[in-house]
Amino acid sequence: MKLRNLGDRAARLVFLANALLAAVVLLGILGYLLVYGLRTFTGTSVAGFLFGGRWNPDAYGEPVYGLVPLLAGSFFTTLIALAVGIPVGVAGAVFIAERLKGRFRVVVKTVVELFAGFPSVVLGFFGLVVVAPFISRLFNVPSGLGLLNAGFILALMSLPTIISVSDDALRVVPQSYREAAYALGATPWTTAIRVVLPAAKSGILAAVMLGFGRAIGETMAVLMVAGNAAIIPKAIFDPVQTITATIAIELGEVPFHTTHFYALFALGLVLFLIALATNLVAESLIRREKKSFTL
Amino acid sequence: MKRFATLAATALLLAGTVQAGELLIKGSDTMLNVTQRLAEAFMAARPDVTVSVTGGGSGVGINSLMNGECDIANASRDMRPKEDSTARAKGIDPRAVVIGIDGLSVIVNEKNPVRKLTMEQVGAIYRGEIKNWNQVGGPNRAISLYGRQPSSGTFVLFRDVTLKGEYAVTMRQMTGTAAIVEAVKQDVGGIGYIGVGYLNEATGIASVDIRGKDGNYYSPLNAQAVYDGRYALSRPLNQYVNGRPSGETRAFFEFALSEAGQKVVEGEGFYPVGGDYAVRNAAVLGN
Repeated sequence: MKLRNLGDRAARLVFLANALLAAVVLLGILGYLLVYGLRTFTGTSVAGFLFGGRWNPDAYGEPVYGLVPLLAGSFFTTLIALAVGIPVGVAGAVFIAERLKGRFRVVVKTVVELFAGFPSVVLGFFGLVVVAPFISRLFNVPSGLGLLNAGFILALMSLPTIISVSDDALRVVPQSYREAAYALGATPWTTAIRVVLPAAKSGILAAVMLGFGRAIGETMAVLMVAGNAAIIPKAIFDPVQTITATIAIELGEVPFHTTHFYALFALGLVLFLIALATNLVAESLIRREKKSFTL
Repeated sequence: MKRFATLAATALLLAGTVQAGELLIKGSDTMLNVTQRLAEAFMAARPDVTVSVTGGGSGVGINSLMNGECDIANASRDMRPKEDSTARAKGIDPRAVVIGIDGLSVIVNEKNPVRKLTMEQVGAIYRGEIKNWNQVGGPNRAISLYGRQPSSGTFVLFRDVTLKGEYAVTMRQMTGTAAIVEAVKQDVGGIGYIGVGYLNEATGIASVDIRGKDGNYYSPLNAQAVYDGRYALSRPLNQYVNGRPSGETRAFFEFALSEAGQKVVEGEGFYPVGGDYAVRNAAVLGN
């Protein structure tokens, strides 16, 4: 009896220590980002960073560190990814949750979730050698490396997240909703689209937010297919450079403790804040949905 | 106590020998592989010497030489006057030995009829001032620019030698030489720049002859023109040292410039040292 108590207490301590360690590491990373990121502004102005229209840290003349083209790159690629990913993903989730039954459903869902573990460098390579020539020929543009390609690859990458979380959201809608709809004479499709989907609204929004987080944080695949020119795109075929790609490309070779070095940490900070906000919103949406059905 | 003193003396002696047999080389990423191969071959012949080679870029190498953090600085460009004066102010006397020569080549899609350009035209194309191939004698087709990323020494060298200004913002920055070749192969209006070592293996692209100071056009595959600098986009692979090289440093240079060493250089896709560069090397080494 006493021994078991001791075991319980030891287990509690171990888990508490691990939880604390995770929190401390996370806070440490945030602190590191803050300390280094904020030092950017000893070398360049805050306004110049936040509103600067040109990112050219390795300039022939004066280097400039403007966030705007990189933010635009990340924003527009993610926008395209969601424009493709949301309709396909939500439709896929509705199909899986409402129309598939039994073992087949489990198999399909597992395959979709496995796709989330697909190495991004492989998808990037696919974009480089298959999608790029295809876009270039189909639309008769000089290069298929750019916004459209990056958005498409990102859509592929965020689909598993969107489908999986949406499916979970649809599954927690109580069976009584569907039965009520059937009783009123609705077909299964009408029920799925007009009753179940609206009921799972906030869970699906959460899925979209998580898909957004997946897309904006992706680095390797985007780096390979976006063309990497730090401009604000005017057309869907223009090359873009995302925040993540910039950090990946430049951090490896930047001289330490220079304004350029710190500016890359400031970019990391921007990315961190975007991801944090996204996750907070998604979390609160998921929680709200769980609550709404427990009544 | 006596035993301790002997021990200390032995330790000092040991430390001394290790120090003497260690060669630190740092700098250019373009030169990283070739220097690594040279170091391996050199260490096979001289097992008493340890050579360690690291990258970081030409500028990083030159800075470490100034701070006494390395014995040899790899630089795929010449030292800038400002760097030279900073070094001299610190009491460093930088001298360059050239271990090989790189010819940068400008490439286009093989379906593009343009095969000749001047340095001014290449510069204007990459600065974004010339936007269509018909402005340089080609068909009416928009030019799309492909280049390296800022971390690349080639990115910096091409900018400083050819553009003498900023790259056009629309240039697609590719992850490496292979990516540039692939992109230009797929893009009829594309233009790119790569090291001469990659030209032979690549298909679907063509290299452009560049006009030299004498008004004639030279190909980067013309070894003689690359040697004597008539081909405008050639660059020396420099190794900077402090003062006249002696000891292991000197032995390393002698190996690098020997027939065996130059074979290694050629094996990595560069040209062996010849012409004026050989004369300059002899002056530095004092043979």
